[in-house]
Amino acid sequence: MPANTTYLAHHFESLEKQTYAARLGMWLFLATEVLLFTALFAGYGVYRYLYPEAFREASRGLETWIGFVNTLVLVTSSFTVAMGLERATRGDGRGTRLLFGLSILLALAFLGLKAVEYTHHFHAGELPGRYYASDAVQGPGGPIFFALYFLITGLHAIHVVIGMTVLAVIGWRAGRGAYAAEYHVPVELGALYWHLVDLIWIFVFPLIYLV
Amino acid sequence: MNPSLARSEVPVWNPRNYLNSPETGLRSWLLTQDHKRIGVMFLVATTIAFAIGGIFALLIRIELLTPGPTIMSAQTYNRMFTLHGVVMIFLFMIPAIPSGFGNFLVPLMIGAKDVAFPRLNLLSFYVYLAGAVIALFGMVQGGADTGWTFYTPYSTTTITKVVPVLLGAFILGFSSILTGLNFIVTTHTMRAPGLTWTRLPLFVWSIYATSVIQILATPVLGMSLLLVAVEHAFGWGIFDPARGGDPVLFQHFFWFYSHPAVYIMVLPAMAVISEVVCAFSRKNIFGYKAVAYSSLGIAFVGFFTWGHHMFVSGQSAFNGGVFGVLSMFVGIFTAIKVFNWTATLYKGSILFATPFAYFVGFLFFLVFGGMTGIALATVSLDVHWHDTYFIVAHFHFIMVGATLMAFLAALHYWFPKIAGKRLPEGWGLVAAVMIILGFNFTFIPQFLLGNEGMPRRYFSYPEKFWPLNVASTAGASVLAMGLVIVLVYTLVALKWGPVAGANPWNSRGFEWNTPSPPPPENYETTPVYTHGPHEYDLPGVETPPAATPEPKHAS
Amino acid sequence: MNELLRRMLFLPEQASDYARQVDGLHYFIIITTMIAAAGVFATAIFFFVRYRRRADTDLTPHVAPRTIHEVVFVGLPLGLFLVWFAIGFPQYAKLSLPPKDAMDVYVQGKKWMWKFAYPGGPNAIDTLRVPVGRPVRLLITSRDVIHSFYVPALRVKMDALPGRYTQSWFKAEKPGRYEIFCAEYCGLGHSAMLGELVVMPQEEFDTWIAEQRRGANAVAQDAGPSGERALPAANVAEEGRRIASEQGCMKCHSVDGTRHIGPTWVDLYLRQEKLKDGKSVVADEGYLTKSMMDPAADIVAGYQNVMPTYQGKLSPPEVAAVVEYIKTLKTQAVRSGPSEGPVYESIPRPQ
Repeated sequence: MPANTTYLAHHFESLEKQTYAARLGMWLFLATEVLLFTALFAGYGVYRYLYPEAFREASRGLETWIGFVNTLVLVTSSFTVAMGLERATRGDGRGTRLLFGLSILLALAFLGLKAVEYTHHFHAGELPGRYYASDAVQGPGGPIFFALYFLITGLHAIHVVIGMTVLAVIGWRAGRGAYAAEYHVPVELGALYWHLVDLIWIFVFPLIYLV
Repeated sequence: MNPSLARSEVPVWNPRNYLNSPETGLRSWLLTQDHKRIGVMFLVATTIAFAIGGIFALLIRIELLTPGPTIMSAQTYNRMFTLHGVVMIFLFMIPAIPSGFGNFLVPLMIGAKDVAFPRLNLLSFYVYLAGAVIALFGMVQGGADTGWTFYTPYSTTTITKVVPVLLGAFILGFSSILTGLNFIVTTHTMRAPGLTWTRLPLFVWSIYATSVIQILATPVLGMSLLLVAVEHAFGWGIFDPARGGDPVLFQHFFWFYSHPAVYIMVLPAMAVISEVVCAFSRKNIFGYKAVAYSSLGIAFVGFFTWGHHMFVSGQSAFNGGVFGVLSMFVGIFTAIKVFNWTATLYKGSILFATPFAYFVGFLFFLVFGGMTGIALATVSLDVHWHDTYFIVAHFHFIMVGATLMAFLAALHYWFPKIAGKRLPEGWGLVAAVMIILGFNFTFIPQFLLGNEGMPRRYFSYPEKFWPLNVASTAGASVLAMGLVIVLVYTLVALKWGPVAGANPWNSRGFEWNTPSPPPPENYETTPVYTHGPHEYDLPGVETPPAATPEPKHAS
Repeated sequence: MNELLRRMLFLPEQASDYARQVDGLHYFIIITTMIAAAGVFATAIFFFVRYRRRADTDLTPHVAPRTIHEVVFVGLPLGLFLVWFAIGFPQYAKLSLPPKDAMDVYVQGKKWMWKFAYPGGPNAIDTLRVPVGRPVRLLITSRDVIHSFYVPALRVKMDALPGRYTQSWFKAEKPGRYEIFCAEYCGLGHSAMLGELVVMPQEEFDTWIAEQRRGANAVAQDAGPSGERALPAANVAEEGRRIASEQGCMKCHSVDGTRHIGPTWVDLYLRQEKLKDGKSVVADEGYLTKSMMDPAADIVAGYQNVMPTYQGKLSPPEVAAVVEYIKTLKTQAVRSGPSEGPVYESIPRPQ
């Protein structure tokens, strides 16, 4: 079993245990990521309860089509990442690199659309807190909506960038044959992270754009 | 792991240990992935933090010697108590036992060569350092004056340097998350053959429960501190009532983490005590399952009690009642442990060594700290005590009294394991008596001050509070002297202390199954466990091999 | 017994029945705790002596608990704790339900002083006078950061939150002077934010308040509608509130931010109002006064011209009082009204 000696860290008994540990660690890490967003979602819920009308109005003012297209883009990228992982399980590192590259392009498209959206908000004065200068929504609800909007989507965008970096590094290494069919845990974990980024958006989109 | 091995007469220092191999240079320490070295580095760093926080505490007590200004201005005083809280909580109490002793001991106890993710472990240490440096930078820049609770809207409007301190605490949270994650995975995946969950040392159980809290609560705190920082820096108005924000929402977020955080501090202390009580009474723990599961119980119920910090913030009487009752359940889980520890002594063979003296101190502080906590959960008394010195005394009893006792008990119990040397027993007992008495003289007057109605965070106070404040400061000086004695003899013993031998306490805790100090790989061959820890009814003299031979192959 | 325990525990005097009841719980808890702790420690000390170590390698029997042990370990403290709770919680519930006949006092915390305002005047700074034996309800708010109103002698404490009101109540039974502290940290002057509660006999209180009101009215007569006021604002605002409710203003204008027949008064002051004819106007003192005198002149967009004139019905000081009252309605944490662009009063930074 050559793979075992190559990939096994000195302190693990067997590759199975090491893989199990890596997966468990990743899932726990994803749980903390979810909780990080949960705090913001809870804040969003509380303020939506306090200012239902302002939030409804501000939400209606968002470009729903951009949000929708972005959702499609991210779901597609998740799909290509999953295909990349499937390539890796067969030991096809180049295929993984290609598909991960494609996912990164999709992520760039996502960020581009997000940037368009942010530009709209800047021009319309729909900014958080004391920078709020729009007259679309009255009362204190509007500025708070946009504070939370920028916090949630901004934090998500940071995660997209981190996810892209992860995919780039792993895709590049996969292309150079760093992983094998018997051992592709890093590819799997990178893909998991990307699915999480996608999943969070699946929550963000209806919460902010649709409800 | 049959303990019936020949007992060596002369204690021998293990020649090939983690301290001197594979290398001894500074570089080899800074880049190490050895959990033992990382644990030691955490211990050093947290001890330095403790010293800084302790100096702040002494300055605060000196300032309160007289009713008016004594040695500093109100501004300095406000920054001082904020930094005292931030340093003691985020830099000392949260990481000290889990990241320090936990890192060192958990793999040794479960028969593993290392934690599951050694590189993450090192990263956790550097993240800790980064957080500490940023918080210290804020301190040098003038410091924050909000109290460690960072209540809005005060914290978002203060002119002091609150942002670096918040960011420091935010980053420290990541260190805490990484360590917690590592311990959970390690406990699940790295246990040696035969080490079932019901044979797991109680230390590991408690650290496991602590890690669960760290993982679940820290992200929420991180987010809320970040929100305060964003609001202070940019005025986004999330918690600002003048912009429609809800200042009490911050308190909910904050205590959702920070109440469980109290258990992040206390559970590791309970972890240590569960080991110490067994080792020094040579008894198996009474009620293993009760002690183990009550740790998980505390971790779980701890998440539903945060509202008891807000009994006077205008929440409904119904909420007050629910949070009050739930808080009592945490008390129940603690009471189970106290009774089981006491019952463990029954038919034991008790050695009144220094760690055991700290166990007695721990029991005292936990019982009175815990009972005052239950008294606070009766709600109506909390209305009187809320935000007074009674609260200050209560949480110092529980968080500091208990945690500090456990930290010192751990230091004295495991110093032979970590350094291979013995601490002076006589001085140890003297210092223990001074620390325990000093602690009582510091904080019992504060309970009474709270009864009398003195609010906390007071720079000056009406003269009727004077005598008790003087008593408290006097107690603090005794406490400080005791701690200095410990520091001095620990440093002396590092260099000149007598060699301890592999197992000076004749303990049957699993961590003593390797020589002391342990070799870099902990165990040459993976141990196989056939019984639980601290089974003192089994015949045999327990001393593992005093030294390891050179490894046969580089594994 | 009460007196002895009170002194031993350094508790302040008990100015109300409620304080005495809370102290009763306190004594009960202390005594039961001491007994329980003494039991635990006596057992531990007995074990220390009885089972002290003889030899380094003693073997000890394996002792495991039976279920009954753990049940007792859980049941005993739980029973005790629940008894404490059963005493304490009703006290707390009582404290959160002021009696209907309570006299209201508005309390406002501000860096670093307490303002007390009686409906109908007068108001006071740092000294709260109340009659003995009469329930007093405190409606507490803050102007800047969180404060906490605390009277140790009453065992009563309640946070003062900016942007919302909290309430608490007490019935002082013993005439005297008692300290008021701020219990929530609020900055440099936190420990100097002291006040005094003066509990006086009913007749004395009545005389005092009557005197104060006479003085207040005399000053109010001299003040013009928008001229300099000799009285602190809170007092006039209270007067305004009374007038507004007597004149029926509240039938059409809400003070909780909801849209009604007329625009809400919350955040009305200095609001940019869009009018029916497309112009817009800032709702300053002048506009508010004009709207009371000649309501049809400037109708806010979206509302009907239904308001009667108050020309001749209100004297100039009364109009000023109502305007002052509207100015105080700056509660931000309520739903916004239909008008746009409220001007927020941001929290002043120290210095």
